[in-house]
Amino acid sequence: MLTKRIIPCLDIKNGRTVKGINFVDLRDAGDPVELAAKYAETGADELVFLDISATEERRKTLANLVLRVAEKVNIPFTVGGGISSVEDVDILLKNGADKVSVNSSAVKNPDLINELSQKFGAQCITVAIDAKQVNGQWIVHLVGGKVPTELDLFEWAKEVEQRGAGEILFTSMNNDGTKDGFANIALKKLSEDLNIPIIASGGAGNIQHFVDTFKEGKADAALAASVFHFKEIEIPDLKKELADQGIPVRI
Amino acid sequence: MKIAIIDYGAGNIQSIKFAVKRLGFEAVLTDDAEEIKSADKVIFPGVGEASSAMKMLKSTGLDKVIPQLKQPVLGICLGMQLMCEYCEEGDTPGLSIFDAKVVKFDNTVKVPQIGWNQIYDLRSDLFEGVNEKEYVYLVHSFYVKECEETICSTQYGVEYTSAIKKNNFYGVQFHPEKSSKAGEKILENFLKLELRS
Repeated sequence: MLTKRIIPCLDIKNGRTVKGINFVDLRDAGDPVELAAKYAETGADELVFLDISATEERRKTLANLVLRVAEKVNIPFTVGGGISSVEDVDILLKNGADKVSVNSSAVKNPDLINELSQKFGAQCITVAIDAKQVNGQWIVHLVGGKVPTELDLFEWAKEVEQRGAGEILFTSMNNDGTKDGFANIALKKLSEDLNIPIIASGGAGNIQHFVDTFKEGKADAALAASVFHFKEIEIPDLKKELADQGIPVRI
Repeated sequence: MKIAIIDYGAGNIQSIKFAVKRLGFEAVLTDDAEEIKSADKVIFPGVGEASSAMKMLKSTGLDKVIPQLKQPVLGICLGMQLMCEYCEEGDTPGLSIFDAKVVKFDNTVKVPQIGWNQIYDLRSDLFEGVNEKEYVYLVHSFYVKECEETICSTQYGVEYTSAIKKNNFYGVQFHPEKSSKAGEKILENFLKLELRS
Protein backbone atom coordinates (compact mmCIF):
# COMPACT_ATOMS: atom_id res chain seq x y z
CA MET A 1 0.00 0.00 0.00
CA LEU A 2 1.26 3.47 -0.86
CA THR A 3 2.14 5.18 2.40
CA LYS A 4 1.55 8.72 3.59
CA ARG A 5 4.76 10.74 3.47
CA ILE A 6 6.34 12.78 6.26
CA ILE A 7 8.48 15.60 4.89
CA PRO A 8 10.73 17.87 6.96
CA CYS A 9 11.39 21.18 5.24
CA LEU A 10 14.76 22.90 5.55
CA ASP A 11 15.05 26.62 4.85
CA ILE A 12 18.37 27.38 3.21
CA LYS A 13 20.18 30.69 3.02
CA ASN A 14 23.55 30.93 1.28
CA GLY A 15 24.01 27.18 1.50
CA ARG A 16 23.23 26.97 5.24
CA THR A 17 20.09 26.06 7.17
CA VAL A 18 18.37 28.98 8.83
CA LYS A 19 16.41 29.21 12.07
CA GLY A 20 18.05 27.87 15.20
CA ILE A 21 17.89 24.16 14.85
CA ASN A 22 17.99 22.19 18.04
CA PHE A 23 19.90 19.05 17.24
CA VAL A 24 22.37 18.57 20.05
CA ASP A 25 23.90 15.51 18.48
CA LEU A 26 24.86 17.23 15.27
CA ARG A 27 28.34 18.61 14.87
CA ASP A 28 27.03 21.43 12.75
CA ALA A 29 23.30 22.04 12.75
CA GLY A 30 23.76 24.73 10.13
CA ASP A 31 24.97 22.19 7.62
CA PRO A 32 21.99 21.10 5.51
CA VAL A 33 23.73 17.92 4.43
CA GLU A 34 24.29 16.68 7.95
CA LEU A 35 20.78 17.60 9.00
CA ALA A 36 19.30 15.91 5.92
CA ALA A 37 21.22 12.72 6.59
CA LYS A 38 19.95 12.76 10.18
CA TYR A 39 16.35 13.10 9.02
CA ALA A 40 16.81 10.31 6.49
CA GLU A 41 18.12 8.06 9.24
CA THR A 42 15.24 8.76 11.60
CA GLY A 43 12.60 7.85 9.02
CA ALA A 44 11.74 10.97 7.03
CA ASP A 45 10.24 9.87 3.72
CA GLU A 46 11.40 12.81 1.72
CA LEU A 47 13.00 16.21 2.24
CA VAL A 48 12.30 19.67 0.91
CA PHE A 49 15.01 22.33 0.68
CA LEU A 50 13.63 25.82 0.32
CA ASP A 51 16.24 28.35 -0.74
CA ILE A 52 15.61 31.86 0.52
CA SER A 53 18.96 33.41 -0.46
CA ALA A 54 18.89 36.62 -2.39
CA THR A 55 22.48 36.88 -3.53
CA GLU A 56 24.00 36.92 -7.00
CA GLU A 57 25.64 33.54 -6.45
CA ARG A 58 22.50 31.85 -5.21
CA ARG A 59 22.07 29.57 -8.21
CA LYS A 60 25.59 28.25 -8.01
CA THR A 61 25.46 27.83 -4.23
CA LEU A 62 22.19 25.92 -4.46
CA ALA A 63 23.44 23.67 -7.26
CA ASN A 64 26.51 22.82 -5.17
CA LEU A 65 24.37 22.09 -2.14
CA VAL A 66 22.16 19.73 -4.17
CA LEU A 67 25.23 17.84 -5.30
CA ARG A 68 26.43 17.46 -1.71
CA VAL A 69 23.01 16.32 -0.50
CA ALA A 70 22.69 13.76 -3.30
CA GLU A 71 26.10 12.37 -2.41
CA LYS A 72 25.13 11.64 1.20
CA VAL A 73 21.36 11.16 1.37
CA ASN A 74 19.54 8.01 0.26
CA ILE A 75 15.96 9.32 0.19
CA PRO A 76 14.33 11.63 -2.35
CA PHE A 77 14.45 15.38 -2.05
CA THR A 78 12.81 18.41 -3.62
CA VAL A 79 14.43 21.80 -4.13
CA GLY A 80 12.52 25.07 -4.31
CA GLY A 81 13.01 28.80 -4.08
CA GLY A 82 13.58 31.23 -6.92
CA ILE A 83 13.41 28.62 -9.67
CA SER A 84 12.18 30.33 -12.82
CA SER A 85 13.60 28.64 -15.91
CA VAL A 86 14.30 25.36 -17.67
CA GLU A 87 18.03 26.01 -17.12
CA ASP A 88 17.54 26.37 -13.35
CA VAL A 89 15.73 23.04 -13.21
CA ASP A 90 18.15 21.26 -15.52
CA ILE A 91 21.19 21.86 -13.30
CA LEU A 92 19.34 20.94 -10.08
CA LEU A 93 18.05 17.65 -11.49
CA LYS A 94 21.42 16.87 -13.05
CA ASN A 95 23.06 17.40 -9.69
CA GLY A 96 20.75 14.87 -8.05
CA ALA A 97 17.54 16.58 -6.95
CA ASP A 98 14.50 14.36 -7.50
CA LYS A 99 11.97 17.13 -7.84
CA VAL A 100 11.88 20.88 -8.04
CA SER A 101 9.13 23.11 -6.75
CA VAL A 102 8.06 26.32 -8.45
CA ASN A 103 5.82 28.92 -6.89
CA SER A 104 5.81 32.62 -7.86
CA SER A 105 7.42 31.98 -11.22
CA ALA A 106 4.54 29.66 -12.14
CA VAL A 107 1.97 32.31 -11.22
CA LYS A 108 3.81 34.95 -13.25
CA ASN A 109 4.38 32.61 -16.18
CA PRO A 110 2.03 29.61 -16.08
CA ASP A 111 3.49 28.25 -19.34
CA LEU A 112 6.61 27.45 -17.33
CA ILE A 113 4.73 24.49 -15.80
CA ASN A 114 4.00 23.05 -19.25
CA GLU A 115 7.57 23.58 -20.39
CA LEU A 116 9.08 21.93 -17.33
CA SER A 117 6.63 19.06 -17.36
CA GLN A 118 7.25 18.31 -21.03
CA LYS A 119 11.00 18.53 -20.70
CA PHE A 120 11.56 16.73 -17.41
CA GLY A 121 8.34 14.78 -16.82
CA ALA A 122 5.40 15.61 -14.53
CA GLN A 123 6.81 13.42 -11.77
CA CYS A 124 9.59 15.87 -10.92
CA ILE A 125 7.56 19.09 -11.06
CA THR A 126 5.92 20.19 -7.81
CA VAL A 127 3.94 23.40 -7.84
CA ALA A 128 3.90 25.16 -4.47
CA ILE A 129 0.84 27.27 -3.74
CA ASP A 130 0.60 29.68 -0.82
CA ALA A 131 -2.97 30.74 -0.15
CA LYS A 132 -4.86 32.74 2.43
CA GLN A 133 -8.56 32.62 3.17
CA VAL A 134 -9.98 36.13 2.83
CA ASN A 135 -13.73 36.67 3.36
CA GLY A 136 -14.38 33.00 2.82
CA GLN A 137 -12.40 32.74 -0.41
CA TRP A 138 -8.99 31.12 -0.71
CA ILE A 139 -6.74 33.57 -2.57
CA VAL A 140 -3.31 32.61 -3.89
CA HIS A 141 -0.55 34.79 -2.45
CA LEU A 142 3.06 35.43 -3.44
CA VAL A 143 6.23 36.30 -1.53
CA GLY A 144 5.48 34.14 1.48
CA GLY A 145 1.88 35.27 1.72
CA LYS A 146 2.56 39.00 1.54
CA VAL A 147 1.28 39.76 -1.93
CA PRO A 148 -2.24 38.70 -2.93
CA THR A 149 -3.01 37.70 -6.51
CA GLU A 150 -6.31 37.51 -8.35
CA LEU A 151 -6.20 33.75 -8.35
CA ASP A 152 -8.59 31.45 -6.53
CA LEU A 153 -6.77 28.52 -4.90
CA PHE A 154 -8.98 25.79 -6.34
CA GLU A 155 -9.07 27.22 -9.86
CA TRP A 156 -5.33 27.73 -9.87
CA ALA A 157 -4.72 24.23 -8.52
CA LYS A 158 -6.87 22.75 -11.29
CA GLU A 159 -4.99 24.75 -13.91
CA VAL A 160 -1.66 23.68 -12.44
CA GLU A 161 -2.70 20.03 -12.72
CA GLN A 162 -3.86 20.47 -16.31
CA ARG A 163 -0.60 22.17 -17.22
CA GLY A 164 1.32 19.10 -16.08
CA ALA A 165 2.33 19.47 -12.43
CA GLY A 166 3.13 16.14 -10.77
CA GLU A 167 2.00 17.23 -7.32
CA ILE A 168 0.92 20.27 -5.34
CA LEU A 169 2.44 21.62 -2.14
CA PHE A 170 -0.30 23.68 -0.53
CA THR A 171 0.62 26.03 2.31
CA SER A 172 -2.17 27.75 4.15
CA MET A 173 -0.98 31.19 5.23
CA ASN A 174 -3.81 31.25 7.80
CA ASN A 175 -2.37 28.19 9.49
CA ASP A 176 1.36 28.61 8.90
CA GLY A 177 3.16 29.33 12.17
CA THR A 178 0.05 28.90 14.33
CA LYS A 179 0.74 25.28 15.39
CA ASP A 180 -3.05 24.87 15.41
CA GLY A 181 -3.20 22.20 12.72
CA PHE A 182 -3.38 22.04 8.94
CA ALA A 183 -6.08 23.62 6.74
CA ASN A 184 -7.94 20.35 6.38
CA ILE A 185 -11.15 21.59 4.80
CA ALA A 186 -9.31 23.23 1.90
CA LEU A 187 -6.94 20.27 1.66
CA LYS A 188 -9.80 17.82 1.42
CA LYS A 189 -11.36 19.82 -1.39
CA LEU A 190 -8.04 19.96 -3.25
CA SER A 191 -7.47 16.27 -2.80
CA GLU A 192 -10.95 15.42 -4.08
CA ASP A 193 -10.90 17.93 -6.96
CA LEU A 194 -7.55 16.82 -8.31
CA ASN A 195 -5.97 13.54 -9.33
CA ILE A 196 -2.38 14.35 -8.36
CA PRO A 197 -0.85 14.04 -4.88
CA ILE A 198 -1.32 16.93 -2.42
CA ILE A 199 1.25 17.84 0.23
CA ALA A 200 -0.18 19.62 3.28
CA SER A 201 1.87 22.44 4.75
CA GLY A 202 1.39 25.05 7.45
CA GLY A 203 0.10 24.58 10.97
CA ALA A 204 1.71 21.43 12.34
CA GLY A 205 1.96 21.66 16.12
CA ASN A 206 1.44 18.15 17.43
CA ILE A 207 1.11 14.55 16.31
CA GLN A 208 -2.70 14.63 16.19
CA HIS A 209 -2.49 17.38 13.56
CA PHE A 210 -0.76 14.94 11.23
CA VAL A 211 -3.39 12.27 11.91
CA ASP A 212 -6.11 14.82 11.14
CA THR A 213 -4.58 16.06 7.91
CA PHE A 214 -4.32 12.52 6.58
CA LYS A 215 -7.77 11.46 7.79
CA GLU A 216 -9.81 14.64 7.38
CA GLY A 217 -7.65 16.60 4.94
CA LYS A 218 -7.06 13.54 2.71
CA ALA A 219 -3.49 14.74 2.22
CA ASP A 220 -0.98 12.42 0.56
CA ALA A 221 1.96 13.88 2.46
CA ALA A 222 2.53 16.37 5.25
CA LEU A 223 5.34 18.88 5.47
CA ALA A 224 6.59 20.67 8.56
CA ALA A 225 9.68 22.51 9.70
CA SER A 226 9.94 23.81 13.25
CA VAL A 227 8.22 20.90 15.04
CA PHE A 228 10.93 18.65 13.63
CA HIS A 229 13.84 21.06 13.90
CA PHE A 230 13.09 21.83 17.55
CA LYS A 231 12.41 18.18 18.30
CA GLU A 232 8.89 18.89 19.49
CA ILE A 233 7.96 15.89 17.39
CA GLU A 234 10.31 13.00 16.70
CA ILE A 235 9.62 11.26 13.42
CA PRO A 236 9.69 7.69 14.83
CA ASP A 237 7.08 8.67 17.48
CA LEU A 238 4.98 10.39 14.85
CA LYS A 239 5.02 7.40 12.53
CA LYS A 240 4.21 4.98 15.32
CA GLU A 241 1.15 7.00 16.30
CA LEU A 242 0.03 7.30 12.67
CA ALA A 243 0.36 3.53 12.26
CA ASP A 244 -1.57 2.95 15.50
CA GLN A 245 -4.38 5.11 14.13
CA GLY A 246 -4.56 3.05 10.97
CA ILE A 247 -2.70 5.38 8.63
CA PRO A 248 -0.28 3.59 6.29
CA VAL A 249 3.28 4.76 6.92
CA ARG A 250 6.74 3.39 6.25
CA ILE A 251 8.30 2.22 9.50
CA MET B 1 34.87 -4.05 -11.19
CA LYS B 2 33.82 -1.79 -14.02
CA ILE B 3 30.30 -0.37 -13.75
CA ALA B 4 28.81 1.58 -16.63
CA ILE B 5 25.77 3.83 -16.32
CA ILE B 6 24.27 4.37 -19.73
CA ASP B 7 24.20 8.09 -20.43
CA TYR B 8 21.58 9.07 -22.99
CA GLY B 9 20.37 12.34 -21.52
CA ALA B 10 17.93 10.81 -19.06
CA GLY B 11 17.75 12.64 -15.74
CA ASN B 12 18.94 11.88 -12.24
CA ILE B 13 21.95 9.79 -13.12
CA GLN B 14 23.99 11.58 -10.49
CA SER B 15 22.04 9.97 -7.65
CA ILE B 16 22.73 6.50 -9.03
CA LYS B 17 26.41 7.30 -9.36
CA PHE B 18 26.50 8.47 -5.74
CA ALA B 19 24.56 5.41 -4.52
CA VAL B 20 27.10 3.14 -6.22
CA LYS B 21 29.88 5.17 -4.60
CA ARG B 22 28.30 4.81 -1.15
CA LEU B 23 28.55 1.05 -1.66
CA GLY B 24 32.26 1.39 -2.30
CA PHE B 25 32.25 1.11 -6.09
CA GLU B 26 32.84 3.59 -8.89
CA ALA B 27 30.63 3.91 -11.92
CA VAL B 28 31.30 5.69 -15.19
CA LEU B 29 28.67 7.55 -17.18
CA THR B 30 29.01 6.65 -20.80
CA ASP B 31 27.26 6.51 -24.16
CA ASP B 32 30.16 4.67 -25.77
CA ALA B 33 29.05 1.25 -27.06
CA GLU B 34 32.45 -0.40 -26.56
CA GLU B 35 32.78 0.90 -23.02
CA ILE B 36 29.29 -0.33 -22.19
CA LYS B 37 29.93 -3.75 -23.74
CA SER B 38 33.15 -4.20 -21.80
CA ALA B 39 31.71 -3.26 -18.40
CA ASP B 40 31.10 -5.92 -15.74
CA LYS B 41 27.76 -4.40 -14.79
CA VAL B 42 25.53 -2.02 -16.70
CA ILE B 43 22.92 0.27 -15.20
CA PHE B 44 20.27 1.63 -17.54
CA PRO B 45 18.58 4.58 -15.82
CA GLY B 46 15.69 6.65 -17.01
CA VAL B 47 13.51 9.50 -15.91
CA GLY B 48 11.16 11.34 -18.21
CA GLU B 49 8.99 10.45 -21.14
CA ALA B 50 9.20 7.15 -23.04
CA SER B 51 9.06 8.21 -26.70
CA SER B 52 11.65 10.97 -26.36
CA ALA B 53 13.91 8.68 -24.32
CA MET B 54 13.64 6.02 -27.04
CA LYS B 55 14.48 8.64 -29.66
CA MET B 56 17.65 9.52 -27.76
CA LEU B 57 18.61 5.85 -27.53
CA LYS B 58 18.09 5.39 -31.25
CA SER B 59 20.09 8.48 -32.16
CA THR B 60 23.15 6.96 -30.50
CA GLY B 61 22.51 3.40 -31.68
CA LEU B 62 22.23 2.23 -28.07
CA ASP B 63 18.83 0.66 -28.83
CA LYS B 64 20.77 -2.01 -30.73
CA VAL B 65 23.56 -2.35 -28.17
CA ILE B 66 21.51 -2.87 -25.00
CA PRO B 67 19.57 -6.03 -26.00
CA GLN B 68 22.86 -7.70 -27.03
CA LEU B 69 24.60 -7.19 -23.69
CA LYS B 70 25.80 -10.35 -21.93
CA GLN B 71 26.69 -9.02 -18.47
CA PRO B 72 24.11 -8.22 -15.76
CA VAL B 73 22.06 -5.17 -16.78
CA LEU B 74 19.77 -3.26 -14.41
CA GLY B 75 17.07 -1.01 -15.84
CA ILE B 76 15.70 1.51 -13.36
CA CYS B 77 12.24 3.12 -13.61
CA LEU B 78 11.84 4.30 -17.22
CA GLY B 79 14.92 2.23 -18.06
CA MET B 80 13.01 -0.89 -17.04
CA GLN B 81 9.94 0.22 -18.98
CA LEU B 82 11.95 0.80 -22.16
CA MET B 83 13.29 -2.75 -21.91
CA CYS B 84 9.71 -4.02 -22.32
CA GLU B 85 7.93 -4.77 -25.55
CA TYR B 86 5.69 -1.72 -25.71
CA CYS B 87 5.07 1.48 -23.74
CA GLU B 88 1.67 3.12 -23.93
CA GLU B 89 3.33 6.44 -23.19
CA GLY B 90 3.88 8.15 -26.54
CA ASP B 91 2.83 4.88 -28.27
CA THR B 92 6.43 3.68 -28.03
CA PRO B 93 7.79 0.30 -29.12
CA GLY B 94 10.38 -0.78 -26.54
CA LEU B 95 13.57 -2.84 -26.71
CA SER B 96 11.52 -6.07 -26.34
CA ILE B 97 13.92 -7.64 -23.87
CA PHE B 98 11.04 -8.38 -21.51
CA ASP B 99 7.85 -9.87 -22.84
CA ALA B 100 5.64 -7.30 -21.09
CA LYS B 101 3.57 -4.24 -21.81
CA VAL B 102 3.68 -0.88 -20.04
CA VAL B 103 0.35 0.89 -19.50
CA LYS B 104 -0.98 3.88 -17.58
CA PHE B 105 -2.57 3.74 -14.13
CA ASP B 106 -6.28 4.44 -14.41
CA ASN B 107 -8.15 7.28 -12.72
CA THR B 108 -9.12 5.31 -9.63
CA VAL B 109 -5.74 6.25 -8.14
CA LYS B 110 -3.74 9.48 -8.10
CA VAL B 111 -1.30 9.66 -10.97
CA PRO B 112 1.69 9.79 -10.75
CA GLN B 113 2.14 7.40 -7.88
CA ILE B 114 4.68 9.23 -5.72
CA GLY B 115 6.08 7.77 -2.56
CA TRP B 116 6.93 4.63 -0.63
CA ASN B 117 5.10 1.42 -1.41
CA GLN B 118 5.72 -2.26 -0.67
CA ILE B 119 7.30 -4.95 -2.81
CA TYR B 120 6.15 -8.52 -2.23
CA ASP B 121 6.41 -12.05 -3.63
CA LEU B 122 10.14 -11.48 -3.92
CA ARG B 123 11.68 -14.20 -6.04
CA SER B 124 15.18 -13.38 -7.22
CA ASP B 125 18.78 -13.20 -6.06
CA LEU B 126 18.32 -9.45 -6.37
CA PHE B 127 16.36 -9.55 -3.09
CA GLU B 128 18.73 -11.56 -0.95
CA GLY B 129 18.52 -10.15 2.58
CA VAL B 130 15.52 -7.99 1.69
CA ASN B 131 12.28 -8.50 3.62
CA GLU B 132 8.94 -9.33 2.07
CA LYS B 133 6.77 -6.20 2.00
CA GLU B 134 9.81 -3.94 2.21
CA TYR B 135 9.17 -0.28 1.35
CA VAL B 136 10.78 1.27 -1.70
CA TYR B 137 10.46 4.68 -3.35
CA LEU B 138 8.46 4.91 -6.56
CA VAL B 139 7.56 7.77 -8.88
CA HIS B 140 5.67 6.79 -12.00
CA SER B 141 2.49 7.13 -14.04
CA PHE B 142 2.90 3.98 -16.15
CA TYR B 143 3.41 0.43 -14.93
CA VAL B 144 4.55 -2.92 -16.24
CA LYS B 145 1.78 -5.51 -16.26
CA GLU B 146 2.21 -8.75 -14.37
CA CYS B 147 3.91 -11.37 -16.53
CA GLU B 148 5.96 -14.58 -16.38
CA GLU B 149 9.17 -12.62 -15.90
CA THR B 150 7.86 -10.71 -12.86
CA ILE B 151 10.11 -11.16 -9.81
CA CYS B 152 8.14 -8.99 -7.38
CA SER B 153 4.88 -7.11 -7.31
CA THR B 154 3.37 -3.94 -5.88
CA GLN B 155 -0.22 -2.87 -5.34
CA TYR B 156 -1.50 0.51 -6.51
CA GLY B 157 -5.07 0.23 -7.71
CA VAL B 158 -3.87 -2.86 -9.56
CA GLU B 159 -1.22 -5.43 -8.82
CA TYR B 160 1.72 -4.75 -11.11
CA THR B 161 5.32 -5.73 -11.76
CA SER B 162 7.74 -3.75 -9.61
CA ALA B 163 10.73 -5.84 -10.69
CA ILE B 164 11.37 -8.16 -13.61
CA LYS B 165 14.12 -10.47 -14.80
CA LYS B 166 15.07 -12.38 -17.91
CA ASN B 167 18.47 -14.04 -18.24
CA ASN B 168 21.06 -11.35 -17.49
CA PHE B 169 18.54 -8.50 -17.65
CA TYR B 170 16.92 -7.05 -14.54
CA GLY B 171 14.48 -4.20 -14.24
CA VAL B 172 13.14 -2.37 -11.19
CA GLN B 173 10.33 0.16 -11.24
CA PHE B 174 11.42 1.69 -7.94
CA HIS B 175 14.50 3.81 -7.37
CA PRO B 176 17.01 1.74 -5.38
CA GLU B 177 19.25 4.81 -5.19
CA LYS B 178 16.50 6.63 -3.27
CA SER B 179 15.05 3.75 -1.29
CA SER B 180 17.09 4.09 1.89
CA LYS B 181 18.77 0.94 3.23
CA ALA B 182 16.55 -1.53 1.36
CA GLY B 183 17.42 0.16 -1.92
CA GLU B 184 21.10 0.06 -1.12
CA LYS B 185 20.86 -3.65 -0.39
CA ILE B 186 19.16 -4.36 -3.71
CA LEU B 187 21.71 -2.29 -5.60
CA GLU B 188 24.51 -4.05 -3.77
CA ASN B 189 23.00 -7.44 -4.62
CA PHE B 190 22.96 -6.45 -8.28
CA LEU B 191 26.55 -5.25 -8.23
CA LYS B 192 27.63 -8.51 -6.60
CA LEU B 193 25.82 -10.80 -9.04
CA GLU B 194 27.96 -13.44 -10.66
CA LEU B 195 27.42 -13.79 -14.34
CA ARG B 196 25.64 -17.02 -15.08
CA SER B 197 24.81 -17.85 -18.63
